[in-house]
Formats: sequence, C-alpha cells, structure tokens
Amino acid sequence: MQPIPIRLTHWINAAAIIGMMMSGWAIYNASPLFGFSFPRWATLGGWLGGAIAWHLALMWLLVGNGLLYAVYLLGSGYYRRLRPLGPGAVLDDVRAALRFRLPHQAGEYNAIQRLTYCVVLLAGVMVLLSGLALWKPVQLQTLAAALGGYEWARRVHFIAMAVIAGFTVLHVGMALLVPSVLWGMILGRART
Amino acid sequence: MGHDLGAGTDMIGDQDHRRALRLLERRLLLRRGLSLSALGLLTGCNLQDGDAVDRLLWSMSRWNDRVQAWLFDPNRLAPTYAARDITTPFPFNAYYPEDDAPEIDADDYRLAVSGRVSDTAPWTLARLRALPQQGQITRHICIEGWSAIGQWSGVPLRVFLERVGADLRAGFVGFKCADRYYSSIDMATALHPQTNLALDFGTAPLPTKYGFPLKLRVPTKLGFKNPKHIVAIIVTNDNPGGYWEDQGYNWFSGS
Repeated sequence: MQPIPIRLTHWINAAAIIGMMMSGWAIYNASPLFGFSFPRWATLGGWLGGAIAWHLALMWLLVGNGLLYAVYLLGSGYYRRLRPLGPGAVLDDVRAALRFRLPHQAGEYNAIQRLTYCVVLLAGVMVLLSGLALWKPVQLQTLAAALGGYEWARRVHFIAMAVIAGFTVLHVGMALLVPSVLWGMILGRART
Repeated sequence: MGHDLGAGTDMIGDQDHRRALRLLERRLLLRRGLSLSALGLLTGCNLQDGDAVDRLLWSMSRWNDRVQAWLFDPNRLAPTYAARDITTPFPFNAYYPEDDAPEIDADDYRLAVSGRVSDTAPWTLARLRALPQQGQITRHICIEGWSAIGQWSGVPLRVFLERVGADLRAGFVGFKCADRYYSSIDMATALHPQTNLALDFGTAPLPTKYGFPLKLRVPTKLGFKNPKHIVAIIVTNDNPGGYWEDQGYNWFSGS
C-alpha cells in the first residue's frame, strides 16, 4: 500500500528528523530561550561544536530527502491522498473518534489524518525557512525580516520543532495502535 | 559569540605541529560528540571509535565552508540599527571569566603585521587612529544562539590591508590575540565594507572586557570570529584556523 519512494523517504526522514531534533536540543541548551533545558541524554553531539556539526550535516540529508519526497508527491499524484477534506469532514471524524468509531486503516487517510499531515508538512516548511534564516541572517536577511528578525526566527524555529515533535509522538502512538499501517510503511503491504 | 581570545604565540608558526594538533583535537572532539549510545543504536555503527563519524562530520563542515563562501555576497550589508536598539549591558563573552581579560598598556601596545604584506612595520594606537574611521551599529550573533546589538567603530580592515600593501588575492587573514585566542577569516569577508578593526565600543575606546585596544568586528560572521585584544595580523594562503575552529566549530561560520 505504500510505494517504495514513500517508504524510503519516510525512513530517511525519520532518522534525519531524530538527529536534527536531538542536535537542535543540544544547541538550544547552549542558550535556552525559555525557562528549561533538554535533558542531556536526549541530545546529540556531546558539546556545542559537535551538536552544530551534526545539525549542519544532517540538514543536507533532511532537505535532500524532503525534495525527493516533494517531487514524488507532486509527480505521482500521491498528494491527493493527503489533500485536506474540509472542516465538515474533520468535524464528522472528530465525532466518530470521540465515539471510538473512527476507522484508521492502511491505504486510506481520514480527514483528521489529512489535516494532521498538512499541519506537519507546513511545520516542516516553517522549520526549514526559519532554520535558513538563523543560519544566514545576513545573506538571507529578507527571509529573516519576514519572520520578524533573527530573534523571532529562533522562536519560530522552536515552535515548528515543537509541532513536529508533537506530531511524531501522536504518529508513532497511532502506528503502534494500528500495526497494519506500520507494516505498510515497512513492507509496502500488510504482513501475511 | 563570544568566545574571543587571543592567539598562541605559535598560532601561525609551525604548520606541521599545528596540523597534528588539529587532528588530535578533531579526534577528541568527535569522541566527545559521539559518546551517545542512542546514536549507535540508531545507525548500527560501532561508536567505540568515533573516527569514521568524526571524519564524516569534519568533511561535511568543510563542505559547508565552501557552500557559505559561495553564498557570501561581498556587497550585501548586515542590517544596521538605531542607537536606541543597542543592548545594555552588552554581554561579556570569552573562553575565560571577565576578570581574566588581559590588561594591555596603551603606550606599549604594538600591532604586528606579517605574511603576504609589503610593509611589516608595527602599528601604534595613534597610527591606527590616524587612518580613516568608520562606525556601525550591528547585531552580534553568538554561536550559542543569543544575539546582542552593539556599536563599534575603527579602521575598515580593507583600508588597513591596502595600507600595509597586503596581497588582496591571498586566501586568509589571521589574527592572534593577547589572551592566546586566535581566529581567521576568508579574504572576501576581510574586504567586506563592514569588516572593521574596531578601536571604540559605543563612543569610547574599547573597555578591557570588550577587547581593548583592538577587536575585529565582522557583522557577517558569528561572534567567535570577532577576536578581541588583537596583537598580530597575518595575510596568508595557509588557513590559520582558530581557537574554536580547530576544536570543531565550523570555520567559515558566516551569517
């Protein structure tokens, strides 16, 4: 049910995002924006220089893989499976979910899933744009200014990260609850 | 960002020694960086020796140097700010506490110039002040993530390099400092109109904590590429590295 390009980019993306997030948390800890730090065991890189080396190496993997995904999504028409269904359908599905009647099955995405995937894709775009603004606040100063300047870009980057982290928790939880979709993403079909 | 420091006395001296040292530091860097069992689980690599991963990260950092040099627009100016935007107090940052910042006697101070230049005569502060001066109010961005707006003025580095007859086609300009810190930048950045050998912070001479008597102000690079207490400048084709750069911070670190 999941074609090979989707499975391949999905798992590369998973590895890249975990590495970006853990190294990003180590960078955050060097100068925490908010009143907390991430636990050291959840960070990657060991010290600031190592964390940045990871972050700026993995960004190429993340972006390259993301581009492949986008090209496939648009070229193959796969995006239609993810296209949002509108507020009415979302409300119907929310009601169904509250009654534990919302189907979660391989090969088809319900309205809530579609909405969730669109939100996380948008967060992915925002994390990329804000990341570019933080990396190149002078060369890409128009982009940085559009995000409210360097200091706001830090916050946008953090919030987009938090959305992706929240999605990841939800997404992994759902996949474990409905293992057939997990096999679909690994094998491309249901486990026989 | 401040980790500014001065250069060691042999910063630009024995290249072989430096290279060996850098390899050693790189190895230590990566070990520290990779002592993460979760990563081992993730990649299936044997992380007992982080050398392969370290080498990969190091070469990706060199790739990022090249990408950044390509992205660097020699005419694009860093955004400037109004006097009311200046961060007060401006943060102190170095690899040592503020009390350890070097005290330099203004009368005894001499700036040494070496490498690919035609005039190696040392510079007094009076001679530096006699050169054309230029000021800026720009954002200092630390590799740690924080930023602060400050005001600096002094001699545009391009003016200084032209004055000493520097080879402007050389690859690098290196700086060594009284506190054993050292750093270096690419020639394109050295010639950028906002790259400045700052003598003043605000409207007064640099105080000790901000790098008296001479600090490099480069608003197109991260703070650690803005060395303080500069006592020597070298123009060279061999990358002089830097205090943090040799430990694993990305060398170009351009904004």
